[in-house]
Amino acid sequence: MINYDLVVVGGGPAGMAAALKAEECGVKKIIILERAETLGGILEQCIHTGFGLQYFKEELSGPEYAGRFIELVNKSNIDVKTDTMVLNISKDNVVTAVNKDDGLLMFNAKAVVLAMGCRERPRGALPTLAGTRPSGIMTAGTAQKYVNIDGYMPGKKIVILGSGDIGLIMARRMTLEGAEVKMVCELMPYSGGLTRNIVQCLNDFDIPLYLSTTVIKTHGKERLEGVTIAKVDERFNVIEGTEQYVECDTLMLSVGLIPENELTTGVGIKMDPVTRGAYVSEMRETDHPGIFACGNVLQVHDLVDFVTLEAQIAGEGAAKYILDKASFDNAEYIEPVKGFGVRYIVPQKMNIKSEKDIELYFRVGAVYPNAKVVLEADGQVISSKKKIKLAPGEMESVTVPVSVLKTLTKDSNVTVRVEV
Amino acid sequence: MQKNLICIACPRGCYITVDLNDSGEVVSVTGNTCKRGDTYARTEMTNPTRSLTSTVKVEGGAHPVVPVKSAAPVPKGMLFECMKEINRATIKAPVKIGDKVIENILGTGVDIVATNNC
Ligand code: SF4
Repeated sequence: MINYDLVVVGGGPAGMAAALKAEECGVKKIIILERAETLGGILEQCIHTGFGLQYFKEELSGPEYAGRFIELVNKSNIDVKTDTMVLNISKDNVVTAVNKDDGLLMFNAKAVVLAMGCRERPRGALPTLAGTRPSGIMTAGTAQKYVNIDGYMPGKKIVILGSGDIGLIMARRMTLEGAEVKMVCELMPYSGGLTRNIVQCLNDFDIPLYLSTTVIKTHGKERLEGVTIAKVDERFNVIEGTEQYVECDTLMLSVGLIPENELTTGVGIKMDPVTRGAYVSEMRETDHPGIFACGNVLQVHDLVDFVTLEAQIAGEGAAKYILDKASFDNAEYIEPVKGFGVRYIVPQKMNIKSEKDIELYFRVGAVYPNAKVVLEADGQVISSKKKIKLAPGEMESVTVPVSVLKTLTKDSNVTVRVEV
Repeated sequence: MQKNLICIACPRGCYITVDLNDSGEVVSVTGNTCKRGDTYARTEMTNPTRSLTSTVKVEGGAHPVVPVKSAAPVPKGMLFECMKEINRATIKAPVKIGDKVIENILGTGVDIVATNNC
């Protein structure tokens, strides 16, 4: 058994930022365990720019953004084990991992930060997709790895199902590399990606985006030869007579991301059914004392900058837990309430004794143009912010200031809602 | 004349309205949240530019390719020509973040630089 103050599971942007913050807060023995060969996580294959505008006030590519943190980790006293897979976390915070060189490793941790990230929803999660199983059907992220890391093109005539950001980014990437991207089909009546990506990845290259449209069938034996697309109604049922055959050799799926929480559920940690991540406090502590979660394993983010900020909160929380556990004893929690239009809020509970403002991150369930985000505490409007557009694809946040927290009791009601 | 744009200078994606006079000059820019939006709208009306990212072949590196970007935005109309140049290039490992891979691509004054180590 190896003793550590803090074990961080995952060496992507979340894990690195959490570890660095914990060290900055005075934690001495920290280790990051990473499954891949290198630190950096998914950013290594996200070669497009657009990262870091909030955090570094600079527009960086994925590897550059990761590179800044990798450099800081290398300079720090944080231990790193790559090519190391965490198998289990026990109820008394023992982290079991395995790698080629050390074999089985057992870490006794005072605190654990979960930063495993997320994975793409695979084809199997699309039960309505009928037809053959030829090659040429892959997630957009897999295609991204083929092109950006392995250096080869997975296809020439492409249909993309799902308008998540990775799908949009890949539409542009494949087009620039000479492929013909025929269309992006989106089941929902709105796009799942950032507006700027619709503009610079689709509109710039005249790639059509068909909303309320899905792929219902794949054709081809060895290699994909085409797909059948169709329009859907509000209940997502295929509208008969709208089927259309589209010739293509590649179908890329960008149909959502799922937090990778096998380890989390293994400990028996309470989950939020909407985010599919852990249920956490404003410090990002799960309901299991000493285990924190941050980044895409907690909630799928649109921007890595927010992952970094969230991971710093978790790193600071873990440091507090390690160095000053007693301060957690007199916490008093209330759950912020999801009002009209709000699909989820992270953190799911907040300590009203917090000495810092608490930022509530949330997503809406539908598109609301010209709406307001209203924060209420015990019937009083605390803030009301005008928004030109609220959309499920873009995470929003509101601040609960300390001055308001001070007025709350454990029976108080804090609500975030959309006003149209 | 009015033109509606969506600013792509940051993830916020503001809806911008540009007023143009009869000779196509920008009279006013509205709807932007910050100055970058104003700059974006004016460039978009005169000489639209985009930053370009891709990969370049590496000899003897950990991976067959290394990611690159244009150190500054290049004219939008030249993206495909720039891609041809980028796909013709090969560099030798080791490569460091920030290394110049192609200098002054197609006379645009913009360098293509590596964005990862390899
Ligand atoms: S105007 Fe400013 S805030 Fe709005 S999208 Fe452009 S850069 Fe972002």
